[in-house]
Amino acid sequence: MTRASGGAAVFLRGTARENAEVLGVPRWIVAVAAVGALFIVLPIVGMTARVDWANFGALVTSPSAIAALLLSLRTATASTALCLLLGVPMAVVLARSRFRGQRFVRAFVLLPLVLPPVVGGIALLSTFGRRGLLGQTFEVLGIQIAFSTTAVALAQAFVALPFLVLSVEATLRASGARYEAVAATLGAAPNTVFWRVTLPLVVPGLVSGAVLAFARALGEFGATLTFAGSLEGVTRTLPLEIYLQRETDPDAAVALALVLVVVAVVVMVATHRPRGLS
Amino acid sequence: MSTRRHPARRHPARRYVLASLAVLAVAALTTACAGPAGAGASASASAAASAASTGAASRAPETLTVFAAASLKKTFTELATEFEAANPGVTVALNFAGSADLVTQITEGAPADVFASADTKNMAKLTDAGLVADAPTVFATNTLEIAVPPGNPAGVTSFADLANPATKVVICAAQVPCGTATTTIEKATGVTLTPVSEENAVTDVLGKVSSGEADAGLVYVTDIAGAGTSVLGIPFPESGSAVNSYPIGVVATSPHRDLGTLFADFVTGPTGQKVLAATGFGTP
Repeated sequence: MTRASGGAAVFLRGTARENAEVLGVPRWIVAVAAVGALFIVLPIVGMTARVDWANFGALVTSPSAIAALLLSLRTATASTALCLLLGVPMAVVLARSRFRGQRFVRAFVLLPLVLPPVVGGIALLSTFGRRGLLGQTFEVLGIQIAFSTTAVALAQAFVALPFLVLSVEATLRASGARYEAVAATLGAAPNTVFWRVTLPLVVPGLVSGAVLAFARALGEFGATLTFAGSLEGVTRTLPLEIYLQRETDPDAAVALALVLVVVAVVVMVATHRPRGLS
Repeated sequence: MSTRRHPARRHPARRYVLASLAVLAVAALTTACAGPAGAGASASASAAASAASTGAASRAPETLTVFAAASLKKTFTELATEFEAANPGVTVALNFAGSADLVTQITEGAPADVFASADTKNMAKLTDAGLVADAPTVFATNTLEIAVPPGNPAGVTSFADLANPATKVVICAAQVPCGTATTTIEKATGVTLTPVSEENAVTDVLGKVSSGEADAGLVYVTDIAGAGTSVLGIPFPESGSAVNSYPIGVVATSPHRDLGTLFADFVTGPTGQKVLAATGFGTP
């Protein structure tokens, strides 16, 4: 829509085909798109209208609010790092190799996208919890995950991982395997190909995937509440703080919600490039 | 041939698009109005709302919409069935959520006829807003009890045991009714708890205990009674210092105020009291 309005700029920058596509959008599609945009924007506007601006500063700088925001930023960063570490190899395997049951594997990888987060929380609890599959092992090693900040990061990584895998895999598929094949024929070992060819190729997808994963982690609520609990400075992230404040102080909840929206929008706008999604 | 069929086809399609647009627009507006209410809660509220509107369409079979605190789920579901049996033609639509959530929904215009709160504080919010028809009546009380996983792995026997730093204790956050009660007991006994988690709802505390993640939790007597064998209850004498009162009131804006009063009387009457006592609630 912004493209359609800035016609001159598009004409100078875009190719002829691109312009034809933009001009060719039927009006009713634009109308429905506008309703769609309103559908998303209007509730945010509605919420903003409720903000108690006179006390906004005090509400968002209370010790519990600051603790929650810092914890959210810290855990979302940690979980994004974990997603990158695990997600890139997963995407490479899914995009570049063929094996039996690949479709099922992909379906499972994407499962956290469609699972209600609380189900994710229960699944994590029955795996990493005290009485979970791996709980005993961790207990022997002296690691306690339940009710710790680690649990928060794990819950966030669980729900955010598919975003990164999807994004990187799509970029890999779009870029094709030609460069990698050429590098291999020129004698590059698989390791060299990965570091020098594959990885640089997927940087756009990597960035947009990481941004989406970060934003998803920032908004994580259900799995955290179920798996990690809620304690100020340890496990009570911004969404949990909003949920709690709403009980007694709706003004604080709305103010914090706005902070969360602003942080998410800033992160997305600053780093997200739709081109990377292909 | 195909050019002839097109216009005929187009009209229903366009109507369909317009209809879905209207639905979307309404959805967008109602979402904006619902504001900070939880997604799950507002979904059940809209379910209740649609139930209420279908009832309002035809006058004779009346639908009474009751908003009740989450801890009343079992008792009020049973009472609703009995009330329907006693009053033919009446349907009771129930919406359960945290008391604070329900107050938010009602002040935002959710079509509630009767509100039953888990504490007097939340009922007071509604009374102060002028949304309760008559003075609310307290119909039940509830006290806290220690819940431990079966087998009591941490060997908890008293409230003072909960202060042991090696014991993983989960309580309600001070912002919710069960947390307020917990704080009251802490003050009365001088025992300061160092919980590993402060949950939003008493059901979350119960879940952490029954799953064995926590060694102990503070929940209501009725929660333990309703949890069966998944948790073990340890009563403690200090719980008497924090008794939660459950008030019920008819919403002032309700079009079914007479029926609402009838339901409130039913809850405070012999049948209601019998059902409530059976699940562990105390008498007011």
